[in-house]
Amino acid sequence: MDYIYLAIVFPLLGLLVNGFFGRRMTRRAVGTIASLAILGSFAVSLVAFFDYLDAGEAARSIILLPWISLPPLEISYGFLVDGLSLVMALAVSLVSFLIHVYSTGYMADDDGYPRYFAYLNLFVAMMLTLVLADNLVLMFVGWEGVGLCSYLLIGFWYKRAAPSVAGLKAFVVNRIGDFAFLIGVFLVFWLYGTFRFTELRQSVETVALAGHLPITLIALFLFGGAIGKSAQFPLYVWLPDAMEGPTPVSALIHAATMVTAGVYMVSRMSFLYSMTEVAMLVVACVGAFTAIFAASIALVQNDIKRVLAYSTVSQLGYMFLAAGLGAYWIAIFHLFTHAFFKALLFLASGSVIHGVRGEMDMRKMGGLAKYMPHTYWHFLIGAMSISGIPLLAGFFSKDQILFAAFTSRPGIWPHAGMVLWVVGVVTALFTAFYMFRQIYLVFLTKPRFDTDEIHPHEAPASMIVPNWFLAVGSVFAGYIGLPALFAGILSLPNVFQPFVSGALAGAGHVAEAAHGAQELIKEVLTTSISVVVALVGLGLAFYLYQVRYGVTEKLKKAFAAPYRVLLNKYYVDEFYNATFVQPGRVMCEQLSRAVDLGIIDGIVNAVAFVIGALGQILRPIQTGFVRNYAWYIGGGAVLLVILLWLGLGAK
Amino acid sequence: MDVLVQMMANAPLLSIIIFLPLAGAIIITLMSPARTHTIKWFAFWVSVVTFGISLFLLAGGGSFEHFSHVEQYTWLPQIGVSYHIGVDGISLWLVLLTTLLLPVSILSSFSAITKREKEYYILLLLMGFALAGTFVALDLFLFFLFWEAVLIPMYLLIGIWGSGRRIYAATKFVLYTVVGSFFMLLAIIGLYVYADSLGHATFDFIWLRSHLAPPELQTWFFLAFFLAFAIKVPLFPFHTWLADAHTEAPTAGSVLLAALLLKMGGYGFIRFCLTLFPEASVSAAPWVMALAVISIIYGALVCAAQTDFKRLIALSSVAHMGFVMLGIFSFANTSIGQVGATIQMVNHGVTTGALFLLVGVVYERRHTREIAQYGGLAAVMPQYYNVFLITMLASVGLPALNGFVGEFLILLGAFRADWALGGLATFGVVLAAIYLLTMFRKVFHGECTNPENRKLLDLNARELGYLVPLVLLMLWIGLYPKPYLGAIKPAVDNTVKSVMRIATGSISYARSGEKAAAVLAQVQPAEPTGGDA
Repeated sequence: MDYIYLAIVFPLLGLLVNGFFGRRMTRRAVGTIASLAILGSFAVSLVAFFDYLDAGEAARSIILLPWISLPPLEISYGFLVDGLSLVMALAVSLVSFLIHVYSTGYMADDDGYPRYFAYLNLFVAMMLTLVLADNLVLMFVGWEGVGLCSYLLIGFWYKRAAPSVAGLKAFVVNRIGDFAFLIGVFLVFWLYGTFRFTELRQSVETVALAGHLPITLIALFLFGGAIGKSAQFPLYVWLPDAMEGPTPVSALIHAATMVTAGVYMVSRMSFLYSMTEVAMLVVACVGAFTAIFAASIALVQNDIKRVLAYSTVSQLGYMFLAAGLGAYWIAIFHLFTHAFFKALLFLASGSVIHGVRGEMDMRKMGGLAKYMPHTYWHFLIGAMSISGIPLLAGFFSKDQILFAAFTSRPGIWPHAGMVLWVVGVVTALFTAFYMFRQIYLVFLTKPRFDTDEIHPHEAPASMIVPNWFLAVGSVFAGYIGLPALFAGILSLPNVFQPFVSGALAGAGHVAEAAHGAQELIKEVLTTSISVVVALVGLGLAFYLYQVRYGVTEKLKKAFAAPYRVLLNKYYVDEFYNATFVQPGRVMCEQLSRAVDLGIIDGIVNAVAFVIGALGQILRPIQTGFVRNYAWYIGGGAVLLVILLWLGLGAK
Repeated sequence: MDVLVQMMANAPLLSIIIFLPLAGAIIITLMSPARTHTIKWFAFWVSVVTFGISLFLLAGGGSFEHFSHVEQYTWLPQIGVSYHIGVDGISLWLVLLTTLLLPVSILSSFSAITKREKEYYILLLLMGFALAGTFVALDLFLFFLFWEAVLIPMYLLIGIWGSGRRIYAATKFVLYTVVGSFFMLLAIIGLYVYADSLGHATFDFIWLRSHLAPPELQTWFFLAFFLAFAIKVPLFPFHTWLADAHTEAPTAGSVLLAALLLKMGGYGFIRFCLTLFPEASVSAAPWVMALAVISIIYGALVCAAQTDFKRLIALSSVAHMGFVMLGIFSFANTSIGQVGATIQMVNHGVTTGALFLLVGVVYERRHTREIAQYGGLAAVMPQYYNVFLITMLASVGLPALNGFVGEFLILLGAFRADWALGGLATFGVVLAAIYLLTMFRKVFHGECTNPENRKLLDLNARELGYLVPLVLLMLWIGLYPKPYLGAIKPAVDNTVKSVMRIATGSISYARSGEKAAAVLAQVQPAEPTGGDA
């Protein structure tokens, strides 16, 4: 498995080739090289996966080269191969590969074709660095690296103001999280003297400091980074704006790379989180709140990608909810299934936008199913999966999160589990509703665009084929980690959980799996509720947007105030703008003008002026006439004598 | 090749590095001012050869833990002045940075400077001479001579080839610096008098560092040196000369100013203040760290309000050098902060030097520094965009580029010394992203609407020639800093260890095994682990 670093090297080579020679090569060559580079990463990960199985699933840490070496501080280019990092590497490279292929079609007419693929390759390289790193600092390289790539790709169409601003916003908001993350990293080092995950885990588990304040602080500061990177409340604001980038980039950011980093990091550091109930509860609550908060915004948005963006924020909230409950493997499992259906949804929405000449407003769509049947099926499968329609991938992963919440009893707040479960169920209802609202508005209701002007068309094969692969994943990805109930019925054992669990801390207060009859009853109960809720959401969308098409206009008027609040996303951006951005700008200008130029430089110049003025006063003394100087000498001598005489007299 | 290495190993390398530019400058004085082409290329090749020779410092695989390539000759025996020079891990990379940036700044001036070229290139070479001397002098008298000698060419460079309010800026620069130097001179004389009272009238650094002044005296000496160095760095609130000087200076002047003159301050602190006044340094540390943090935050906030391209980058040095100061005064049972500060001085020289060069590129084409005058350059100058992007990201401290290595070590060390100040300073990384990316957006993004910008030419071969080496350095130090840190660490370790031993006596210097235990012992005060925690 020593070759695992090649998974990062291939995309970097792709970046170099396309970066230096891309403009002199044909588009076909550029796209092929970039896609092959990622396919190479996937192949490397796959080979490593089989080697790992052969080696009896023993985690391996490979140190390639030293990076920052100041003994006792040792930071290396070291890579950790275990179940967790392999699952991530496989999912990231596979989904990214499909997105690359899709991009060759989607970006076919763009001027910045080589630049696009160079950035895209760098993005994947950084994400793989993040998941394969065996220490926190190398992880941080990937962590900031994906932030950089999101900046470059969200702002890819830099000539327009909106993408440029959105890219800047993404980078800065991420950096705010990274600031907290760095502090966590410093604390880790001064507490444990190492950055390596394996050594850290050993220290944490042998030096029992459970519940100790420093551990809680580390966990919370690191989580601060996750809040930024994984777009949780209150730092989620960059992600919805990130859709200003090309649609495949949104798919990449939302599904495979970047936003999943926070969930991965918390799971990677699970041995630490499990030591601190406070931080765990914070993680779970932030996740749950973000889940329902973002889902409620998604209910009323009209932009096809914006709905999906908020749904990502919401789904990431689910993952943190699971992680915060100690159900780390479920968090990773949901991350895994989500990668497929969210990539599918974004790419399908890209096909829609592509087919209606750039239109993104769902109010100007409708009835597209008959124009783009493949895309309709893609979107439908993705929507069903994310909504938790039984037997699709999203159903199994989400269901287990809700079950984990239902059965968990955190020590410091035993009822938290039930509260979080209710929040999760309501979020599930919202999810099903807004997804099928989207299905109806985009694909099924009658067209609301000028059919003479716009002739919607299906996407080319380069865009359809990758989506079918993702669709297959969105349906079947769940079957490798079935809940106990279904695992029993279908006699398909859960292979996912044991595979990743070696890297994760024990589940703590969450029931490991349904064992007894009582557990089974609970599972049947929560699963049934989940199914009912999903169907209710679906049915509500069907009723409002199909059966009584047009009734929503009346509802908007009836509930004008809450509707406006949701439509304007709780005015959070406006709030940040008014409290931080604008006052910050004014403060900087005042500091520069009034304080720096006015006071500080003013004092400097005043001192210089006083000295100069003194010089002016004393200047007439320097007349240049010898007789004047003779007078000064004579006068001075007399004065001296008098002073001496007085002095002697006083003695 | 081996013969050459052997020969060079025995040569007085440092003297050659110092005096070759001086000799070049003298030879140019003999040339006719009309032969500008010859003068330019002659100056360039002198500096290139100097750089080439300076690389032999690295040959032979010697360690830089202690001073090497030492030369000592009696110079003014009557007052105990000797020509004593040497280089160790602290000064090594600054010397090499000097010899590297000299040809870079000469090359960058070829088309920018169109008047009085002869004098211009003489002064640039003199800068190289004085700067190299400052970084290797081991006699305080000699150090002071070089220190002041730097001022003269810089004063003329700003005053003659500068723009706008160049006379004001040049005068302010010199007066401000001289005020600080004056107090340093008093302290140097004080040290001499003190040495004399011990029966050894000398300015020699090596002798003085083994005969430290008593703490009360140290405080006064420290304050005097502090003022000189703090102005040079510049540390808040002594920074206002910097923006004017940088803004009005010609490009090469700004490059040398930012990359090397500011380093004289940082270098002075770590070489002289820490070593000669350890007790005073440790007791002043909380205050200096606080000023450093103010510099970081305040400098960044002020940057965010700038509308002048060059002024923004100039002021960014206040924030960046704040990090260096923070690292130097992060006293704890580790030298991580000081090592970080030393490498960060090199990083800042490379990165900010490159940023000034990049501003110079468009200034030369458009003759304006107003950010608002630009916009949409990404489409017009793609190469320029790429180089600028990498340089800006290095300045922002993005991992895998050089700035991160320095900032990370500094903050790690600072956090150990004072978690609150270290934490506050860490917020500087957010602010750096804000002001640099905003500037970048205004200059490069958007539609290129201004017709004057639309016909801008991309980087030419000469410009790439001096920018690409700097970009490669950013990547090298960022990705594989081992050779740099390897040379720096032993020397810095020596300095910091002696400071800690003298100043705090009891605190033992951490070794790998003890550290975790020591820290854990602090975390758990309930378990007494010994008297020295």
